[in-house]
Amino acid sequence: MSAIEEIASQAPAVDAVPKRAMTLSSGTTFVVVLLLLVVPLFVKNFIIFQMTMLLIYGLAVLALNILTGGSGQFSLGNSAFYAVGAYTSAILMEQYNVNYALTLPVAGVICFGFGFLFGQPALRLSGVYLALATFALATAMPQILKLGFFEHWTGGVQGLVVTKPDAPFGLPMSQDMWLYYFTLAITIAIYIFSVNLLRSRSGRAFMAIRDNEIAASAMGIDVATYKTLAFGVSAGITGVAGGLGAIAVQFVAPDSYTIVLAISLFLGMVVGGVGWLPGSFVGAAFIIFVPNIAEGISKGLSGAVFGVLLFLVIFLVPHGARQVAMVAQQLLGKLRKN
Amino acid sequence: MELFTNQVLAGIATGAIYACMALAVVMIYQAIDHLNFAQGEMAMFSTFISWQLMQWGLPYWVAFVVTLAFSFAGGILIERVLFKPLTKAPILTQVAGFIALFSIINSCAGLIWDFTIKQYPTPFGSSPFLGSQLISTHQAGMIGITVLLLIGLYFFFQYTRVGLAMRAAAAVPESARLVGINTSWMIALGWGMAAAIGSIAGMLIAPVVFLEPNMMGGVLIYGFAAAVLGGLTSPFGAVLGGFLVGVFENLAGTYIPHVGNEMKLPIALALIISVLVIKPAGLFGRNIVKRV
Amino acid sequence: MTALLNVKDLRAYYGQVQALHGLSFSLNEGSLTTLLGANGAGKTTTLRAICNMVRSTGAIEFEGKPLNNRSTESIVRFGIAHVPQGRGTFTNMTVEENLQLGAITRSDKPGIVADIERMYSYFPKLKERHTQQAGTLSGGEQQMLAVARALMLRPRLMLLDEPSFGLAPLIVRDLFGILGKINREEKVSILVVEQNAQLALELADRAYVIETGRIVMSGAAADIANDENVRKSYLGY
Repeated sequence: MSAIEEIASQAPAVDAVPKRAMTLSSGTTFVVVLLLLVVPLFVKNFIIFQMTMLLIYGLAVLALNILTGGSGQFSLGNSAFYAVGAYTSAILMEQYNVNYALTLPVAGVICFGFGFLFGQPALRLSGVYLALATFALATAMPQILKLGFFEHWTGGVQGLVVTKPDAPFGLPMSQDMWLYYFTLAITIAIYIFSVNLLRSRSGRAFMAIRDNEIAASAMGIDVATYKTLAFGVSAGITGVAGGLGAIAVQFVAPDSYTIVLAISLFLGMVVGGVGWLPGSFVGAAFIIFVPNIAEGISKGLSGAVFGVLLFLVIFLVPHGARQVAMVAQQLLGKLRKN
Repeated sequence: MELFTNQVLAGIATGAIYACMALAVVMIYQAIDHLNFAQGEMAMFSTFISWQLMQWGLPYWVAFVVTLAFSFAGGILIERVLFKPLTKAPILTQVAGFIALFSIINSCAGLIWDFTIKQYPTPFGSSPFLGSQLISTHQAGMIGITVLLLIGLYFFFQYTRVGLAMRAAAAVPESARLVGINTSWMIALGWGMAAAIGSIAGMLIAPVVFLEPNMMGGVLIYGFAAAVLGGLTSPFGAVLGGFLVGVFENLAGTYIPHVGNEMKLPIALALIISVLVIKPAGLFGRNIVKRV
Repeated sequence: MTALLNVKDLRAYYGQVQALHGLSFSLNEGSLTTLLGANGAGKTTTLRAICNMVRSTGAIEFEGKPLNNRSTESIVRFGIAHVPQGRGTFTNMTVEENLQLGAITRSDKPGIVADIERMYSYFPKLKERHTQQAGTLSGGEQQMLAVARALMLRPRLMLLDEPSFGLAPLIVRDLFGILGKINREEKVSILVVEQNAQLALELADRAYVIETGRIVMSGAAADIANDENVRKSYLGY
């Protein structure tokens, strides 16, 4: 802890993360990308599917991370943006025969607009109040999707079945593998975009707002614009993830996008390390695999086992995977010196 | 007009449930400065304990008091074992801890008492109250206990040394330590009291919503909403917020078309948020002046 | 005279940064001692270290009993009242509640009531405003409230961190007058950290000068005030 933190009576809700510490070094990045490219060639289809889901949830967690870790705004409502993205893709593909790849930018843009609009009233709120507002959005979304008024498009409670796309150009790979590489390409693109966003002028504005809103406004940062922008970007990325999710799962239904999803995304962010973008994917792995592990340990008590595992993680590394990475980096540095 | 008054009355009756829960929410918020998402589950677990005691043959009020003591001790224990080590962790990590606790308690209760719905007795009976079809004696009793609890808490915080110390510890921890207050124990005490109040809420609510591990899910959300609406710093606001939310919800169900049971919650929340957008610290909350 | 407070080889750290580099000093029973030094010299840190509010090593003894490794609140219970920088007012509470909080470790109810009245006689402004929220008081009134709150402990030793900070000169005179009176009449030993060196040296009987976490000079306040270096660096003539 620094002297300033000791003295500051009111610490900000989100720890300040310097922007250089938000990413991985180029060497590590190279290894990770190589693994992501090669591993699917050697594993079963089901595992490829799980890896696809990992990337998709990773994107959704990343989006939340930009909002919370970047601009200091908290959201329990990102499941709603995910749902809007998923439904946009599903409806365009199934009702209007739009190519799946083209539905994703549409989902992104619609969600960006939705998030930007939602960010307007949210400007007045912060902390628990913002949490409650976003929570309301998350609980309302499944109900809205079920409304009879929209049933013509959404399929109501039944939801919609989505066809899984084949690999294009007659490429000799399974649907699952094609979708994986397709998702990977989008993930990498969005990841690069996010890293650059946070390094840009806007990113610095986000972080200034996160660390001290009043000081940021005194420096001439248009707090309202940047806060809503952060909401928009976060929602847009979540929407793309939702669209990909709909294609991967081949099904959308209102009850897939409840508050449980929002809480999962939140846990993913905490476990990965708030404000550390690569951690989003570690967090995604946690929310996909740990419930399964818990189920494996005890069927009747899977919830309790999950809770205990979560407690273990936050006791050992309260700052999430980011902390592990930092310790590892220090150790590596020491080894190199010796 | 009669429909309107009746619905308002019915709303107040349901509101008593939310008010009771909101009181527990404010209690913990005062002690630890954030919301405990596992509070509803703690209340549910306490209610099961009291149910078990009655199954073993204890009279209602004895079970009530024993449960109160158990919950108080349990709340302190949870704080000492699970959350004290996390004091220095980031706030969002602590929130993740609440979610973990939620999951553990819910799962354990399900394993011990299974997920079937159970009847839960009421000490007040359930005949119409003063001839009104809308409020039963149980609901009247519930409102009465909530109000009593509120008065008790008011006196505790306003006129006792421990209450004063707890307020000081929550408001300015560093200064509190400098006058010799053990702030860490004040937090534990806050947990204990919140757990005890939560258990009262649980035992009062159980006859209405029936006893099962997921009984508090909805109630806690309304309780949060009520506390936030009333202003998280004001027990009085929380209780009033509870009644308001109950009335909101009922009127929305009556007067807005196409509102099924499931849309009630989002609409109530939307209303609350519109209030918050106008008055961000809640109806009775203090505005905290922010400094650079 | 015996030493009430004895500090030996005190080192304090904020994270990796060391703020005190082996500080030693003592404070006699009944004395009014001042710590002088520029910004960042370690004055505040010294006071915070005595109350274990920063990580530190070295020996701190109060009436011969070691204070190290005790929690802040238990150190207070020894009779050490700390008036922190920024006054530490409980802004949401009334003036009277603030005073009651000062005596929260005591259990003699009549004594507490009498002491509150005594504080009101020292600081009549506080009596006028006793039901007001403390946050609405002016800076000077809040400083008086902070001193009064500390006295409610019936302390043996009072630590004051820049009591003159942000106050108008007249109010500072007033406040320092009261501090001297408390020291003489109530036999409360006082350790005061000040930037206003002139005033502090007039008031104190002993003085220490700190530079970058080390004591560079010590002696009777009058001697220190006459020292040429001190005069140039801190008094400005």
